[in-house]
Amino acid sequence: MEVGNYLYLAMILFAIGATTVMLRRSAIIAFMGVELMLNAANLAFVTFARIHGDLSGQVIAFFVMVVAAAEVVVGLAIIVAIFRTRKSASVDDVNLLKG
Amino acid sequence: MLSMLPVATEVAPAMAAAGFWQENAWLLVAAPLVSAGILLLLGRSADRWGHWLGLLASTLTFVVGAGILVDLLGSPAGERVREVDLFSWISTSELDLVAGLRLDPLSLTFVLLVTFVGSLIHLYSVAYMENDPARRRFFAYLNLFVASMLLLVLADSYLLLFVGWEGVGLASYLLIGFWNHVPAYATAAKKAFVMNRVADVGMIIALGLMFSTFGGLDFTTVLAGSADASEGKLTAIGLMLLLAACGKSAQFPLQAWLGDAMAGPTPVSALIHAATMVTAGVYLIVRSGPVFDGAPTALLVVAIVGAITLLFGAIVGCAKDDIKKTLAASTMSQIGYMMLAAGLGPIGYAFAIFHLLTHGFFKAGMFLGAGSVMHGMNDQVDMRRFGGLSRYMKITWLTFGAGWLAILGIPPFSGFWSKDKIIESAFVGEGWQPWVFGTVALLGAGITAFYMSRLFFMTFHGKQRWTSEAEGTGPDQHPHESPILMTLPMIVLAVGSVALGGVLAIGDGFVTWLEPVTGHVEHHAPVIPVPVIMAATIVLVLLGAFLAWRQYAASTVPVVAPRGSLLTRAARRDLYQDDVNEGLVMRPGQYLTRSLVFGDATLVDGAFSGLGRTSSGLGRALRGLQNGFVRSYAAMMALGIVVIAVVVLAVQG
Repeated sequence: MEVGNYLYLAMILFAIGATTVMLRRSAIIAFMGVELMLNAANLAFVTFARIHGDLSGQVIAFFVMVVAAAEVVVGLAIIVAIFRTRKSASVDDVNLLKG
Repeated sequence: MLSMLPVATEVAPAMAAAGFWQENAWLLVAAPLVSAGILLLLGRSADRWGHWLGLLASTLTFVVGAGILVDLLGSPAGERVREVDLFSWISTSELDLVAGLRLDPLSLTFVLLVTFVGSLIHLYSVAYMENDPARRRFFAYLNLFVASMLLLVLADSYLLLFVGWEGVGLASYLLIGFWNHVPAYATAAKKAFVMNRVADVGMIIALGLMFSTFGGLDFTTVLAGSADASEGKLTAIGLMLLLAACGKSAQFPLQAWLGDAMAGPTPVSALIHAATMVTAGVYLIVRSGPVFDGAPTALLVVAIVGAITLLFGAIVGCAKDDIKKTLAASTMSQIGYMMLAAGLGPIGYAFAIFHLLTHGFFKAGMFLGAGSVMHGMNDQVDMRRFGGLSRYMKITWLTFGAGWLAILGIPPFSGFWSKDKIIESAFVGEGWQPWVFGTVALLGAGITAFYMSRLFFMTFHGKQRWTSEAEGTGPDQHPHESPILMTLPMIVLAVGSVALGGVLAIGDGFVTWLEPVTGHVEHHAPVIPVPVIMAATIVLVLLGAFLAWRQYAASTVPVVAPRGSLLTRAARRDLYQDDVNEGLVMRPGQYLTRSLVFGDATLVDGAFSGLGRTSSGLGRALRGLQNGFVRSYAAMMALGIVVIAVVVLAVQG
């Protein structure tokens, strides 16, 4: 199988994730979009590692996973906190930073 | 003063007391100043006795002044110029100035004039201002004036003189606008103040020029240094001093404020705007004699200014119906005589001061007389509404008559001795000058006789033209003589008007007395023989008086001013002085300020508020991006990354 296809898949996954973040109001769904983008990037890293034949891309992918796990913890905690105060998980309701 | 000579010789041996007065000369300035301070600070609690304190301070200065006079008369002529150092005033590496008093015959003459006439006018004011609720404040200002005027004449440097100069300007402003609840009076005060500021510019420039030329500002340095300075610099200093003198002494072209200054209470007009302050300009010129000696051009300009003002005031005086404004025009004209005399150089200095002295007496006397008339006539000032008052106000009539004869120059009254000398001196010289100045002085004497007689006859003689309720022209008039406190000063001044000139002229006493300051001058023969000049003067004066008698005493005076000839109408409007000032200075000045304000508002403000508007507009536009929606921020980040990627690829490609 052509290795380049993995890169196309990574691009498609990234685009789907980015679109989800930009279009969906629900914080949880947007968060899932973010995770999707991260994993698309991981896929690209691993693919490039395979193409170049060294391990640094895979090592970076591990780092990203660790950071993503930590981020999920913090992000979900924030979403839960917001939901508790506002009875809503919509990101559009949290617009106090409006200029 | 000469009459005091015998007394002086008796005192002279007792020199132990001689230093006493001189040491206490500072009291001349301090006493009235402290009194003014007390009266102003204590406020209403001093209302009951304030005027007596003012009178006391003024009298004290007279006593000190007389003491110093006796002291000076007791010493030989060579030792009559004395400096009393008070304290180190300005001490820098460039300028070391000691504030001190200069006691010499010239300053002493002024001190005695100011304190003597001033004290009499204080006394007069006690009665004149009796019903004014602000009498205490009035006396405070009068004291302030006396202190400033004495500082002006006693100062031993131009800078200290300038302090007094501004002080009298302030006192004059406060007193002209004393009844400032009347808007016209407040405006008159402002007018005097502003016009004097114009003149002060000349004074300040003169001070600067003196400092740069002589490196000092005290009289000793400047006057001694004048002998070596270049003519150009001396001319510049002289002309600037003249500008200063023109403002203070209401000389052409800065004469317009004096007529309006009559808005002040009459004692003020008598003291400040007739006898003393307005003559400060003459003092300045005579004091700066050595400067002018080295600058013949400046001296000529002084004489020309004096000659113009002399005729100007006399012509205006002929047309005014307001008794005080007529007297003001007369003052202007008489100071013109003094300026003319001062402009003749050393031969005229002494006569300028002599006329200043006699004028101080008879003009103050006449102003007080005018005040007495107003007092008896419900503050009426229109001479067309007077007439026949001689029967009701005997003392006023007689004292005013003495002043009238004095200003006419009828021998042996005071004015004759001083004014005739000026006319004589005006005829001395070479070329066109004696003929022009002499003729002007001679003509002036005739016109003076006419307008002063007009005033005298319209007020005291002829038919009664008083206002009455029945005719609806004003309040009923019940003229009466003024109280003793007012008539007493008038009587004293009248005695001075009668005798002072003659007494001082004995053996050229006054001129000799001034010699330590003005220098000794050999007698010069006028271009016309003296007896002819004297005869011509007398003839012109009698002619003027006769014309006035025929028109204003022998025939009926209309109560409403007739339209009059072109000249009369012009003179009634002060020869359009206000229109000229308005057209030449005021309106262009207003246009200038208006265009400056416009330029400031559009260009300067426009540029800066435009800058502000641009940044706030930019801010408003950018604020729209901060909409608070996380999703749009994310979109923007994505967009940014795409842009960066495109740029990176483009650059690499």
